[in-house]
Amino acid sequence: MSATGIGAPVLRREDKRYITGKGQYVDDVNRYGQAHAFFLRSPHAHARILSIDTAEAEAEPGVVAVYTGQHLADDKVGGLICGWMIHSKDGSPMKAGPHPALAQGKVRYVGDHVAVVIADTYSEAKDAAEKIVVDYEVLDAVVDTAGARTAGGEPVHEVAPDNTVFEFHLGNREPTEAAFARAAHVTKIDLVNNRLIPNAMEPRAAVGDWDAGTDTFTLYTTSQNPHVARLVLSAFIGIAPEHKLRVIAPDVGGGFGSKIFIYAEETVCVWAAKKVGRPVKWCAERTEAFLSDAHGRDHVTHAELATDAGGRVIGLKVHTVANLGAYLSTFSSSVPTYLYAPLLSGQYDIPAIYVEVDAVYSNTAPVDAYRGAGRPEATFVIERLMEVAARELGKDPAEFRRQNFVTSFPHQTPVIMCYDVGDYAASLDKALATVDYVGFPARRAESERRGMLRGLGFSAYIEACGIAPSAAVGSLGAGVGLWESAEVRVNPVGTVEVLTGSHSHGQGHETTFAQLVSDRLGIPIDNVSIVHGDTDKVQMGMGTYGSRSGAVGMSAIVKALDKIETKARKVAGHVLEAAEGDIEFKDGKFTVKGTDKSIDFASVALQAYVAHKFNGQELEPGLKEGAFYDPTNFTFPSGVHICEVEIDPDTGVTRIERWVAVDDFGVLINPMIVEGQVHGGIAQGVGQALFEGTVYDSSGQLLTASYMDYQMPRAYDFPRFSVETTETRCPSNPLGIKGCGEAGAIAAPPAVINAITDALGHEDIAMPATPRAVWRAIRRTPQKMAAE
Amino acid sequence: MPTVSMTVNGKTVRRDVDPRTLLVNFLRNDLRLTGTHVGCDTSQCGACVVHADGRAIKSCTSLALSCDGMAVTTIEGLATGADLHPMQEAFRQHHGLQCGYCTPGMIMTAIDLVARKGHHLDEHTIREELEGNICRCTGYHNIVKAVAAGAEAMKAPAEVPAMAAE
Ligand code: FES
Ligand code: FES
Repeated sequence: MSATGIGAPVLRREDKRYITGKGQYVDDVNRYGQAHAFFLRSPHAHARILSIDTAEAEAEPGVVAVYTGQHLADDKVGGLICGWMIHSKDGSPMKAGPHPALAQGKVRYVGDHVAVVIADTYSEAKDAAEKIVVDYEVLDAVVDTAGARTAGGEPVHEVAPDNTVFEFHLGNREPTEAAFARAAHVTKIDLVNNRLIPNAMEPRAAVGDWDAGTDTFTLYTTSQNPHVARLVLSAFIGIAPEHKLRVIAPDVGGGFGSKIFIYAEETVCVWAAKKVGRPVKWCAERTEAFLSDAHGRDHVTHAELATDAGGRVIGLKVHTVANLGAYLSTFSSSVPTYLYAPLLSGQYDIPAIYVEVDAVYSNTAPVDAYRGAGRPEATFVIERLMEVAARELGKDPAEFRRQNFVTSFPHQTPVIMCYDVGDYAASLDKALATVDYVGFPARRAESERRGMLRGLGFSAYIEACGIAPSAAVGSLGAGVGLWESAEVRVNPVGTVEVLTGSHSHGQGHETTFAQLVSDRLGIPIDNVSIVHGDTDKVQMGMGTYGSRSGAVGMSAIVKALDKIETKARKVAGHVLEAAEGDIEFKDGKFTVKGTDKSIDFASVALQAYVAHKFNGQELEPGLKEGAFYDPTNFTFPSGVHICEVEIDPDTGVTRIERWVAVDDFGVLINPMIVEGQVHGGIAQGVGQALFEGTVYDSSGQLLTASYMDYQMPRAYDFPRFSVETTETRCPSNPLGIKGCGEAGAIAAPPAVINAITDALGHEDIAMPATPRAVWRAIRRTPQKMAAE
Repeated sequence: MPTVSMTVNGKTVRRDVDPRTLLVNFLRNDLRLTGTHVGCDTSQCGACVVHADGRAIKSCTSLALSCDGMAVTTIEGLATGADLHPMQEAFRQHHGLQCGYCTPGMIMTAIDLVARKGHHLDEHTIREELEGNICRCTGYHNIVKAVAAGAEAMKAPAEVPAMAAE
């Protein structure tokens, strides 16, 4: 391994600009003459708009324009779309209601966009918005996930009279029922997967610009996938054809899914730029982020696990109600369906599975992918069930899991996925050793001597990443293919620019992608630059989410590098006057086999461009190649996380005492970055389990719309994490990568709750397990009460 | 409009401002020092921390006018030419950042912490003292390591121990 090659913990090249304050985030972009947008948002969860009077606002100082949904309709601006078609079990298509960027006739959640004020300054826009008079007829709000279908009253969308978006199912009902009929034991559980608000630290922002001379638009936006944004804004919303619309996602301050989607605000900014003839800038305040960023999770689930007399799992039945909020966000329909149900088999060999998912509308913010997207929900179901089943059967939870692990590969589950490779026992063994499992009873006894409760919980998760083979997702309803593109441009001096369709918003692609290129071409890493996030530079790409940038994005680079090497060999052959087949390429040098005749990569690059040594007809000048890589399978990262907690029964405060993560991500490009991804994922997962609760009251007001009310994980909430890996190489991509970005967030919640329930001695606790919730749960525990 | 004057990163600046202008907006919009970030509207996240007369303050919660006559240091003012401040270098060495958005505030808070509590900071102290700084990316693990290492390095501003020394 070279110091900067694959597998080396190379320090990040992008850090320099961030630690010196020289990052360029969207809010740092200022265009000459720009005006500022403020969005007037609905104060009601559900209301008809009877009238909007903007006259007074328009007369306010500094105001350039005020627009409502009527202006969008007049301009034939299309609504926001959901790009994944799900069919119900009766074959009917999902019921997608209209989603205009500014409300037309009705508002459907608190924070919904009613009007935009554009003014010389942001303060002027905000002040003027107070002068807009909106006459609302307030309607009853649908808020409760489980009750949405029977809420009565006016439905959220006319197309869905009982607020049902679709009734999805997967797996095999009859064999599953048969398995339950012959089961020796059935474990039943009811779970709520709490709604989360993503909270990337950089709020969403947009700057729309229009060039009158060329009639072209430019949108700077906080996006994880600028090309998808351009595609949607062009082909569906109709802002401008793609060749007249440039989308730039510069430095982006975290996404976690929330910046995948195409939102109202950026649509309006870019559209309005032409209308007012000035650049239009908007940057969310944090409260706006709470109100209108797509939220995550929000499932209510009943699940049952059937085991035979020997303790083998023989069947799994799951029924979930998934709340999609007021509108179908860009990929919302895929999250509780194909990103959820296929993962319910976990790491286990379960012969019969049947899953039903009813998706509902409600008068709450739209729900879409948030770090893990469907897979944390699935993992929470199966890992809570496994833990509870082990307890009910009187088995050690680790050994009960081991007994049911998939051990031979490939393994076809009853729910679509074909696991290609893994060694689940290896991760479990390493995790047990690292956490000192055998020492746990002594630690628990020691805690009890101090009057504290101690518990230990497991989570053996699997996820499907490397999203995704285009044909497969196409057959499941995706509106796009999920390949990735790369272009490798070698300059005449031998430096290299790599243009990628992946997007980095904290993942460190400028380092890891460059490691790959430096390793492969044998050139210094400083001679490689990674270009992303600009549709005028990178031709097309699908962006970053679903832990796909390594497995899919880097594989595209490998494919382009293969072509570069092929071409470079030809050039070297001409220069060295040898047959192409006699040229060897190693450590940045082309050598004629068995001789000392050689030429380095930079010289080949120069020769490719001066083109003096070959005939331009048989070999084209230049050294630049592109590739599209379409994966052949999902990748299946897996691992075991163990959480050990201590609870103070007097206060209900849960402290995490130990956290052990042993993950199998396949080949690691940069272990330092991988570890960082795991840390961040765990923190978000622990946030879900212990702190983060989204609360809407019964009228649909969001009560947790600031950091005063929504508890973000802080530094003092965590111990040091022990993060280790095992490795089975992924067979479906050239680098053997599986992906690591979401693992922590997927693994963590059940590990925490399994630890807390272990400490409590009963299963009756929901997420977030706040001190108050835990304190109350302790008082529901007869034996603990007696012990106190 | 009233006039505000202060020293920012060693340079004297003087501007007419709307009296309600927050220090963070003065730095970002008037002076185009965009390294100081805004992450919330309730003074909770710490993305906006700068030093005013040597003490860490949240610039989202201070009026520009209230800093009249003060010496303000922002993230842009830490490095000396190409030489990074030891705390900046420590964040890089220990992978204490991912998206970088919280980073300027973290670094400014960390330097203030060293000024108040010295160079030998235990993990508990660092975690407690980062109470006012939220990071969504890193899980804080490497930030805590970076702050400890940076604090040590500020004593003898030579070398920050490398990652591998862990
Ligand atoms: S922006 Fe100042 S504390 Fe959040
Ligand atoms: S590095 Fe992204 S918020 Fe801290």
